[in-house]
Amino acid sequence: MPTDPRRASRPADRRIVSGVSAGLADHLGVDALWVRLAFTIGAVLNGAGIVAYLLMWRFLPLAEPQRSPGLEAATRRGMRTSGPASVVEVVRAVAVLALGAGLGLAVQVSGRGIGWGLFVPLVVGGVGLGVIWRGLDDSRSGGVSRRGRLRTIARVVVGVALIVAAAVYLVTAERGWAALADIGAFLVVALVGVALILGPWIASLVGDLSAERRERVRSQERADVAAHLHDSVLQTLALLQKNAADPALVATLARRQERDLRSWLYGDEQATGDTVAAAVRAVAAEVETDHRVAVEVIAVGDAPLDDDRAAVVRAAREAMVNAAKHAHVDRIDVYAESADGGLEIFVRDRGVGFDPASVAEDRMGLRGSIVGRVERHGGTVDVRSAPGEGTEIRLALAPHRAATPQEDPR
Amino acid sequence: MTEATSSPRGPQPLRVVIVDDHAMFRTGVRAEIEPVVTVVAEAEDVDSAVARIAETSPDVVLLDVHMPGGGGPEVLRRTTTRHPEVRFLALSVSDAAEDVIGVIRAGARGYVTKNISGTELLDAIDRVAAGDAVFSPRLAGFVLDAFAGHIEVAQVDSDLDRLTEREREVMRLIARGYAYKEVAKELFISIKTVETHVSSVLRKLQLSSRHELTRWANDRRLI
Repeated sequence: MPTDPRRASRPADRRIVSGVSAGLADHLGVDALWVRLAFTIGAVLNGAGIVAYLLMWRFLPLAEPQRSPGLEAATRRGMRTSGPASVVEVVRAVAVLALGAGLGLAVQVSGRGIGWGLFVPLVVGGVGLGVIWRGLDDSRSGGVSRRGRLRTIARVVVGVALIVAAAVYLVTAERGWAALADIGAFLVVALVGVALILGPWIASLVGDLSAERRERVRSQERADVAAHLHDSVLQTLALLQKNAADPALVATLARRQERDLRSWLYGDEQATGDTVAAAVRAVAAEVETDHRVAVEVIAVGDAPLDDDRAAVVRAAREAMVNAAKHAHVDRIDVYAESADGGLEIFVRDRGVGFDPASVAEDRMGLRGSIVGRVERHGGTVDVRSAPGEGTEIRLALAPHRAATPQEDPR
Repeated sequence: MTEATSSPRGPQPLRVVIVDDHAMFRTGVRAEIEPVVTVVAEAEDVDSAVARIAETSPDVVLLDVHMPGGGGPEVLRRTTTRHPEVRFLALSVSDAAEDVIGVIRAGARGYVTKNISGTELLDAIDRVAAGDAVFSPRLAGFVLDAFAGHIEVAQVDSDLDRLTEREREVMRLIARGYAYKEVAKELFISIKTVETHVSSVLRKLQLSSRHELTRWANDRRLI
């Protein structure tokens, strides 16, 4: 499987301030606590941590969690509880921040830090910058409700006020209020010039942006409607399945439809990709359709489908077909577990059962296409059955087996 | 799993509230369970569910996972502290593992899918009312996935974060489609012991604090 190089990003759903720490922790595979500590210690050392943090905030992209359409729609319509950063995480972050503030103050008090006249406006301005940037992130990721826009504006106002206050303090502290008037006049002239030159261009950019945003809202609404529609169909199918007058046929069709919708809405069963779970689900669906019997698949873990595993899955298919044909049941349970490179598949029915010792040579299904096939690929097959007790067939590949030793077919 | 319903129940039928935003489904479920248990109320969103539960204080609430107002977990969050005696059984068509685990972690004592048969549902209601946990094969599969070796062993730091060997065996048998009774027979233990193991797994699922458990659902597709 070709994989893109891993890129760090800021997870929008788990951020506390900006998501830099959480994103970096994910990328490096360490707990976010350590990242936060590193930033804090860096901040006390000449502010390097703060600069690094702000740079990453700007340059790491904000990543929305990728969800299936059904979950997206349910989230937008407020039909599920989506957890923000956990309380424990917030408390730990605040603790680290407090530690950093304490260290910083200690350095300041000891006289080895920067002058107070610089320190206070820098902190205030930094907070203002954080408020604005956070607002920017939220307006980009969140919905475009009226309340959301008001909040964004409020944040920008507060942030600008903080930064302006810090700047004013810096300027006036050195040279008094007269300096403010000079610099203020200069700034106003410069801003007017910039506005005249770039104004039209910025205006058209803003126009494009809001048009794009409207389009996004429309497509989200369409997606929500589609999700709702499909969701209802799912409900109806569940009922249909239970109350069917012509049980076998209707139930089979209903199940098939249900499976399709389910995977589309909730992305639970990824049909693509050559993995064990996908293959087992695919063969179960085949058996379900061909033999009009419900096949319930539970897959735990997953692994790529190599020759050995593919053989075991094919053998499992035979076992399902056997159960569908001979057991006289309307339901088969299949359990597939992939762990540590091994694979176990159980195919179980509560049907008529048989005496495994008396399986005649003519039952080629069990002997040839199940036992033989699995054993050729270094696996084992156990058959547990007794007349009237149902049947369970266990197909297994040992974990940590050598790389595909192809034996001669017996 | 098919017979049952004759299990210990008081002289009065159990009082049940159905919470689901699809009226048709509520009617269907009601028709199926009504003679055996009493449906005292129905609700279609979080607010009405909280109100109905407060009014009627039922024995068991059948709770949908997705619904307007924040979904099943929100109902649990707003009722469990004031009505600890009410038991919840999640009944959903959503197979999104993170939501199923989410509603269990919020306090539901079991999860069954909506195409469960009437007798099985009644059996599950009985079990939940008696304070036991109801694990369908699918939930058992999710649990095994969440607690299995897809997370580095070094990060598993407390007893709450792992299943005992016995609990794992029980979970695997349930995932393989065994009813509690069959699990008991298979492992040569009593049904009561099986119930104890399942309840213990439920407790771990609800109390374990490792953040992998909440993130696992997103990561599992990358295996």
